[in-house]
Amino acid sequence: MDDLKQKYLGQIADAADENALEAIRLGAVGKKGEVSLKMRELGRMTPEERQVAGPALNALKNEINSALSARKAALSDASLNERLRTEWLDVTLPARPGRQGTIHPVSQVTEEVTAIFGEMGFTVAEGPRIDTDWYNFDALNIPGHHPARAEMDTFYMARAEGDDRPPHVLRTHTSPVQIRTMEAQGAPLRIICPGGVYRADYDQTHTPMFHQIEGLAIDKDISMANLKWVLEEFFSAFFGIEGIETRFRASHFPFTEPSAEVDIQCSWIDGQLRIGEGDDWLEVLGSGMVHPNVLKAGGVDPDVWQGFAFGMGIDRIAMLKYGIPDLRAFFDSDLRWLRHYGFASLDQPTLHGGLHR
Amino acid sequence: MKFTLSWLKDHLETTATLDEILYALTDLGLEVEGVEDRAARLKDFTLGYVASAEQHPDADRLRVCQVDTDEGQKQIICGAPNAREGITVVIAKPGVYVPGIDTTIGVGKIRGIESFGMMASERELELSEEHDGIIELPSGEVGQSFVDWLAENDPAKVDPVIEIAITPNRPDALGVRGIARDLAARGLGKLKKRDVDAVPGVFACPVTVTIDGDTLDQCPVFFGRVIRGVTNGPSPQWLQDCLRAIGLRPISFLVDVTNFFTYDRNRPLHVFDADKIAGNALRVHRAKGGETLTGLDEKEYTFEEGMTLISDENGVESIGGVMGGMGSGCTEETVNVFLEAAYFDPVRTAYTGRALKINSDARYRFERGIDPAWTPYGIEHATRMILDHAGGEASEVIVAGKIPDTERAYRLDAARVRSLVGMDIPESEQRQTLTSLGFILEGNMAHVPSWRPDVQGEADLVEEVARIASLTRLQGKPLPRLTEGVPKPILSPMQRREAIARRTCAALGYNECVSYSFIDQASAALFGGGDEATRLENPISSDLSHMRPALLPGLLQAAARNQARGFADMALFEVGPGFHGGEPGEQHLLVSGLLVGRTGPKDVHGASRAVDVFDVKADAEAVLAAMGAPARVQIMRTGRDWWHPGRHGVICLGPKKVLGVFGEVHPRVLEAMEVKGPAMAFTLWPAEIPLPRKAGATRAALDISDLQAVERDFAFVVEAQTEALTLINAALGADKALIEDVRVFDEFVGGSLGEDRKSLAITVRMQPKDQTLTEKDIEAVSAKVIEKVTKATGGTLRG
Repeated sequence: MDDLKQKYLGQIADAADENALEAIRLGAVGKKGEVSLKMRELGRMTPEERQVAGPALNALKNEINSALSARKAALSDASLNERLRTEWLDVTLPARPGRQGTIHPVSQVTEEVTAIFGEMGFTVAEGPRIDTDWYNFDALNIPGHHPARAEMDTFYMARAEGDDRPPHVLRTHTSPVQIRTMEAQGAPLRIICPGGVYRADYDQTHTPMFHQIEGLAIDKDISMANLKWVLEEFFSAFFGIEGIETRFRASHFPFTEPSAEVDIQCSWIDGQLRIGEGDDWLEVLGSGMVHPNVLKAGGVDPDVWQGFAFGMGIDRIAMLKYGIPDLRAFFDSDLRWLRHYGFASLDQPTLHGGLHR
Repeated sequence: MKFTLSWLKDHLETTATLDEILYALTDLGLEVEGVEDRAARLKDFTLGYVASAEQHPDADRLRVCQVDTDEGQKQIICGAPNAREGITVVIAKPGVYVPGIDTTIGVGKIRGIESFGMMASERELELSEEHDGIIELPSGEVGQSFVDWLAENDPAKVDPVIEIAITPNRPDALGVRGIARDLAARGLGKLKKRDVDAVPGVFACPVTVTIDGDTLDQCPVFFGRVIRGVTNGPSPQWLQDCLRAIGLRPISFLVDVTNFFTYDRNRPLHVFDADKIAGNALRVHRAKGGETLTGLDEKEYTFEEGMTLISDENGVESIGGVMGGMGSGCTEETVNVFLEAAYFDPVRTAYTGRALKINSDARYRFERGIDPAWTPYGIEHATRMILDHAGGEASEVIVAGKIPDTERAYRLDAARVRSLVGMDIPESEQRQTLTSLGFILEGNMAHVPSWRPDVQGEADLVEEVARIASLTRLQGKPLPRLTEGVPKPILSPMQRREAIARRTCAALGYNECVSYSFIDQASAALFGGGDEATRLENPISSDLSHMRPALLPGLLQAAARNQARGFADMALFEVGPGFHGGEPGEQHLLVSGLLVGRTGPKDVHGASRAVDVFDVKADAEAVLAAMGAPARVQIMRTGRDWWHPGRHGVICLGPKKVLGVFGEVHPRVLEAMEVKGPAMAFTLWPAEIPLPRKAGATRAALDISDLQAVERDFAFVVEAQTEALTLINAALGADKALIEDVRVFDEFVGGSLGEDRKSLAITVRMQPKDQTLTEKDIEAVSAKVIEKVTKATGGTLRG
């Protein structure tokens, strides 16, 4: 019995591959293997002999089987290791290229602004970009001779021969949406109106198309003090800086009365603008209490209702927040610019997750 | 509007500093646009006294001067010919910056002798072009600041010039006095009395003035008088300095007087040479149309019917409220002058000025509105000034028409400031403010001063009170929520859809562009636009002349620009309106994507390939799905002619419900737009996607089977132009309950099949619900699939 054990364990230890191992297995514990044959002989033994030989043979069989599987695992490890040794990749090679899409800053900032005002209960109103001169001017208390009309560098649509209506205009501001929304929804009302507007002007700080966001809140007891609070809350949230102060300066717009230009606190250090600190002021928007004539034009009774309105440049606040130097580049679609100043598709501004990274 | 500090102080008695004045102006709504503080750059210069001057031993032209300064006697080397003992000079000590030579003075050796500063010329201090020698002052103490000396002896040289922006509602601030009045109301000083006594006429006015009956609303009143025997010539220095400081060129005294009152009092005047008024009679009338005049700017103008003109026997001499004529204007030789002070209607003046393209100081003021009530005073002030400086004697004043009535009053509701602005200002302060602005209060009624045409209602009174009190006193007050609790969503379904489309495009690797809504006519025409209805009357350039009918032309132009910059491959998209007409509302929201070139740069994995139709098809489908479009759609080939006719598909829900198009851009369009192809694109119409019918968030129950699905492959030989979708739909129809999915996995065209044949191979996936499929069941369904497909396509099962 010991001879058998030594013979097979020796053979197993020396087996070079899985085939050799299988041959050994068949020779030892296969159906006709030496150990199996010996076990068949047990039947012919006396009970006393069997009691000695049985367990010994079983133990031998188990030992050989264990040795076989241990050797098999060792051989398999060795061959896997050998294969893996040859499977070397230069993992510093670049990955398969994928395109990185981007969201334009105008879209991103519009969503940021919408998120903030949405929280304050403002809904988003929209209107046509080509509008009548009544909606763009007259309804906003800018009659035909008003100098503000000439100052706005309005684009006019061509009029067909024989069409004697005043020419339509490309809206010079988002304010006509105020009138259209008042007409449609009446008061009370809280809306913002983001969108493209047009003025015939082109230099480093002016493009013939740019983007504005208009705000309008109408109720029975809304005052300019509410406007100041709303704007300060907005700027703090938008720039992510606690407690930004605003400065209201008296001004004039035909559609508001009283009117104020609004500055935000800033500083200039080494030619760099920093919002929300320092002693300087930066003009960011125009605002005021809605002129009674404008309320009337929108079908809202100025003896009952009052409210505030404001308008600011989306492109401009985008430039301020993200340090984008040139307005003209917004509309040039230069890939380098789109990739550098654009935003990832999943960077959706939310109040709970933050408006920016 | 420009003015100098000393001009302001002519009207305002004040101890306020320049900074205080500037702050108040901006805060009052008279926004300071710039200040030229001419003293600032001279503040470090002091006076010195040349105690001795000796020849430099090594230089003929230099003198070695010992100069008394506030820091003791200093040695200064000087090359000026007038540098000599006993004169008072202006010293720049070491460390002082000299603007005229852009240099900071240091201690240096000149030809071996040390020099501790510089004595300055006027040019070096940018006071004048004078550089023949150093400044010699007739007075002044050693060590005194040069700025102080100038302020005392020659203030015009250091007077700060202030420029403010005037909003259209404040014509009164187009005169220095109006500005002073605002500052006084704010509490920055006291408005000085500047009245003059009327000058009695000593002879009857030899020139008559009439206003046509139909012209009285354009020119309600005209005051005039002749001053005879004047001596015209250059203005006195103070007046020249005044005008020069604000950027006006002194012309001659008589003309300068009119310019002075234009800025001093917002009171434009005109001076005619009385000897050039033919027939000694002026008539104010409406233009018939076609009359001409050479204006004071030496340009020829032709008038349209209805413009306000002033004519004599010879014809037109002046454009009312806009500009005088060359022929009748005053010159250096003028001896007898006819002085005009009239009132012209703002609206008419604005139209006339705009039509004639004349931007004069007079037009600017009349169209905003001058003070009509001050017309008779204006003529007296000007007469007084002319008599004082040019001599002569004045005629009686003649008047045509009458001063328009501006009388009106509004109720002052003291509580309104609180409710509208949100500031607490005591009623007494409110009344005081209005009074100091010239309102006259009778009880609660505030009578509006004649120089404030902008005040047209109660809200304007609130505005005045708040403005003078300063809006900086405003404290923010929370805006209460409209509803309690968690804010509701605020975007409409379409607004959400637009945002989702945008973010999906970006997620698919496209870069978002925002391009101009107007493009050139040729590009617009390539995409079905460029017609008259969408033309701009006054485009900023011919490249931006028509409203875009689609987003693709803008994206293709962007692609061409990027290719010119060396970027061959790109994925661009835009979300925005296209315009199908020129009426409000004739716009529609579009989503367009454009792929140009290859899928990426050539790479080690060989992944880069030319973009193709199925790239944009996948992207179009992904964006449509994100926007909630149904998955089952039809694909038609009915796209417009900017698509490759054989390589595009129109995604629709029936022939009239088009959700989008994808395909290859027509090669002719690419050529015309100078884009190097291939270029694949898609355009989607988000508004065409039906809104979901139900509002709830609940999903339908998930219906899945535990039984094993079975897949079977079939290949059919069909006509080459048979569409795969036809085949798929036929196979799906073989057993709607059992067949879950049909996928095309192979297409083989031509070869042994013959040129106009192709083989399409599909996998049909069958999903049993009730019991496992037997081989018999499967064969039955397979036979049905083959039957349906061969019937629908006329093809055969490939053996």
